[in-house]
Amino acid sequence: MSTTVQSPATSGIGHDGDPDELLEIADRVAGWARSGEDVEVYVSRGEETEVRAYDGEVESLTSATSAGIGVRVVVDHKLGFAWAGSLDPSVLGETLDEARDNATFATPDDHVQLAVADGVPAVAVDLWDDGLASVPTARKVELVLELERQTRAADPRIRQVSSADYGDGSVEVALVSTKGIRASNRRTSGFVSVSVIAGEGTASQTGGGFSAGRGFEGLEPERATADAVERAVRLLGATKGPSGRSTVVFDRRVATTLLSVISSALSGEAVAKGRSFFAGRLGEQVADSVLTIVDDPTDPRAYGAAAYDAEGLACRRNVLVENGVLRRFLYDTVSASRAGAVSTGSAVRGGFSGTPGPGCRALTLAVGPEGYDQDGVLAAVGDGLFVQSITGVHSGVNPISGDFSVGAEGLLIRDGKLAEPVREITVASTLQRILQSVVAIGADVEWLPGIAAGQTVAVGDMQISGV
Amino acid sequence: MIETPVLERVLGEALRHGGDFAEVFAEDRVTSSAMLDDGRVEELSSGRDRGAGIRVVVGETTGFAHTADLSETGLIRAAEAASAVAQGGGGTTSVAVGGLHEDGAAREPGSGSGPASKSDSLALLRRADEAGRSAGGAISQVQAGYGGSKRQVLIANSEGLLARDEQVRTRFSVSCVAEGDTGLQTGFESAARTVGFELFDEVSVEELAELAARRALSKLSARPAPSGEVPLVLAGGSGGILFHEACGHGLEADHIVKDASVYVGQVGQQVASPSVTLVDDGTVGSEWGTFGFDDEGRPAQRNVLIENGILTEYLWDYLRARKEGRRSSGNGRRQSYQHLPMVRMTNTFLLPGEEDADEIVAQTPHGVYVAKLGGGQVNTTTGDFVFGTTEAYLIEDGRITEPLRDANLIGNGPEILRRIDAVGTDFAMTPGTCGKDGQSVPVGCGQATLRITGVTIGGTSE
Repeated sequence: MSTTVQSPATSGIGHDGDPDELLEIADRVAGWARSGEDVEVYVSRGEETEVRAYDGEVESLTSATSAGIGVRVVVDHKLGFAWAGSLDPSVLGETLDEARDNATFATPDDHVQLAVADGVPAVAVDLWDDGLASVPTARKVELVLELERQTRAADPRIRQVSSADYGDGSVEVALVSTKGIRASNRRTSGFVSVSVIAGEGTASQTGGGFSAGRGFEGLEPERATADAVERAVRLLGATKGPSGRSTVVFDRRVATTLLSVISSALSGEAVAKGRSFFAGRLGEQVADSVLTIVDDPTDPRAYGAAAYDAEGLACRRNVLVENGVLRRFLYDTVSASRAGAVSTGSAVRGGFSGTPGPGCRALTLAVGPEGYDQDGVLAAVGDGLFVQSITGVHSGVNPISGDFSVGAEGLLIRDGKLAEPVREITVASTLQRILQSVVAIGADVEWLPGIAAGQTVAVGDMQISGV
Repeated sequence: MIETPVLERVLGEALRHGGDFAEVFAEDRVTSSAMLDDGRVEELSSGRDRGAGIRVVVGETTGFAHTADLSETGLIRAAEAASAVAQGGGGTTSVAVGGLHEDGAAREPGSGSGPASKSDSLALLRRADEAGRSAGGAISQVQAGYGGSKRQVLIANSEGLLARDEQVRTRFSVSCVAEGDTGLQTGFESAARTVGFELFDEVSVEELAELAARRALSKLSARPAPSGEVPLVLAGGSGGILFHEACGHGLEADHIVKDASVYVGQVGQQVASPSVTLVDDGTVGSEWGTFGFDDEGRPAQRNVLIENGILTEYLWDYLRARKEGRRSSGNGRRQSYQHLPMVRMTNTFLLPGEEDADEIVAQTPHGVYVAKLGGGQVNTTTGDFVFGTTEAYLIEDGRITEPLRDANLIGNGPEILRRIDAVGTDFAMTPGTCGKDGQSVPVGCGQATLRITGVTIGGTSE
């Protein structure tokens, strides 16, 4: 589960906050650029609160502030980078000097350059919850204690609430470069999550649920509880499932992970460097015609929505795969130059300590005309396997070769309905074949934390390994 | 980093509203990294991170705050924030703070040299790139990375403990892509130790690159891995991730006290075949998971977890140990000053056995031989875990034959541990990064060649 409170991305423009101080710092450092060098300064500041409850008490309460700077220097087509986890005045000059020194060691590369404004207007997206700052800690503590209590009482088979968490955060970012980029952004976020152990006899199963949003108000702890309990309880009695070929229905939360992995093969940088199975396939039918993949960070419902990308260009809607045909790769400034293309406004970076690269923020799959909810997808499939969660994505899914093998647990699908629970099985195919074998896409779009929406997806002809 | 009288005043402030325990963890970390990709040195990066995390424990509750401001004012402000949990709480207010004393270093702090100079690290990257590319015409891409860090930590707590440690770490990795009629395949190899630039006295970057390239090349002609249950031989030093996932995490006391592990209540019981003796040891040489003091100021130590198949001990940090009226086992670790410590492994390894590695393969009529593992993941409550192969072959008639494409293996910890029927003498350690609850720490894993009589492999071949 990806419930980070400190979003790494730059975000919606700050219209009435106080990002001025950050912009001033960034202006000051960029102003130290020498002739013949280009400098980009990224500064950010964040606050976060986390509360964890266990067994009716607060287990931990964390409150923290953090700030940092990342500087890129380009001189003679050579890039250097340095960062520091502080905005202390003495640190700023040191960081610039270090980036400058690092640049002298890089290999000259004509494509290395900083972003230049491209005239695409930014779409304002409001990602800031003004109310969050005034929510007293006591209310956050009460919310998470209540979440823990409600979850424990939700079902007699719940043996343990292993953790109940609340977290919120705010991040402000300013980006200034000697190429004329000057942007400031800010966002808030909040979440609750709960993990449970359900038991019956000697068998135990686990489940987790969460609710995430832009702040405190609007979080739905009862949904987190219901999800966690349902997921753990319905797996009780699970046995190792049967081996064989099967259609697999992926739960929304699993589908979002799969889509995120596939998206790394759509990076223009991966393609340019021969690290994507999509390389050389632009314009070809790479997926079943039911599949249309769009990255649209201007959709304010998306968790990863943003007005500006991590180089200060406007974020925009990019159609990547249309009716199964590969239409576009995602570019930042450098990877676009390498490919003879232009930036798609898709630079992302991991906060002040990372450099930008192309990536997705808000992926969705176009919904089919049937408008299936999850039950609709199950009914359409008839018989197969419903996968509720997967493990081993990092060790078993390779976005370069496309090889795909993950651990799974879930329930068999019989006559279009969920049947017996299964565990300790694997599901395998290749990403290439998965894309060609999508048989149904749910309309049950849920914007989950991360870079992709959740939607139930059914994929045919996968190899299940069990008993 | 911080003067002792300042530490004492900050601890005093942390306990002003009451509490049973207070701690200051300060850290100053300097990192440098360099990346060569696509034949070019693309990026040199330098980072500096320093700050302090302050925690206050009141009964079952921990208050935590961190700050990048190491001045007394900044520390006092963080102490006030951390102590907010104690306000109105029932903690004792009589803890006497003061008289911080240091017991001396558990080992020589750090290691001779620091991180490599920039030009030295670039020379290594270029050598690796060249070696990778000359390994075969089908090698289409090489990425080599160098990372060095020096981490100084200082820990002081209200029990009078004062400890300092310096951890110098160096890592080098190579990833290769091979391109053929069957598409793209990848190979990876890395070396990582708790030392400075002298890592490269022992490690040849050319060998790392050739290994990574060979893995990618061999998979171009690989057949899909089988599916279903197979006998499995794991090569010595293939990763050791098996034990990390199959039982290591399940023996961490935070899971135990929450009844979230299959190993609860199993101390003294036979949990593995008699050939299994498993050790977690933060003191071993310069392995990747080695340190002088853990992130709560306890000296690293050797802990025998399973002895001849019998579970002997769990892993403990300060908080969980205190609850049980015992001592920490030196396993309280954290990613940085911005994180609370929790129970973590250090270097976890299976002691070598007595069988010849080649004989183990020869006595396996059919199955899968894994030369290198990637990562893994476990659900400690159910014991179900996965681990992935990055170099594997079929075993046919006791011989290693055709290469297989990557796949995950899945099993249940307690079941798999009982199915280990042979352990070799060819022990080796490998480095890894362990993620838990959002925090990453360096760990070592080790094992000799071993055989599991049956484990489910998740390939695409029926």
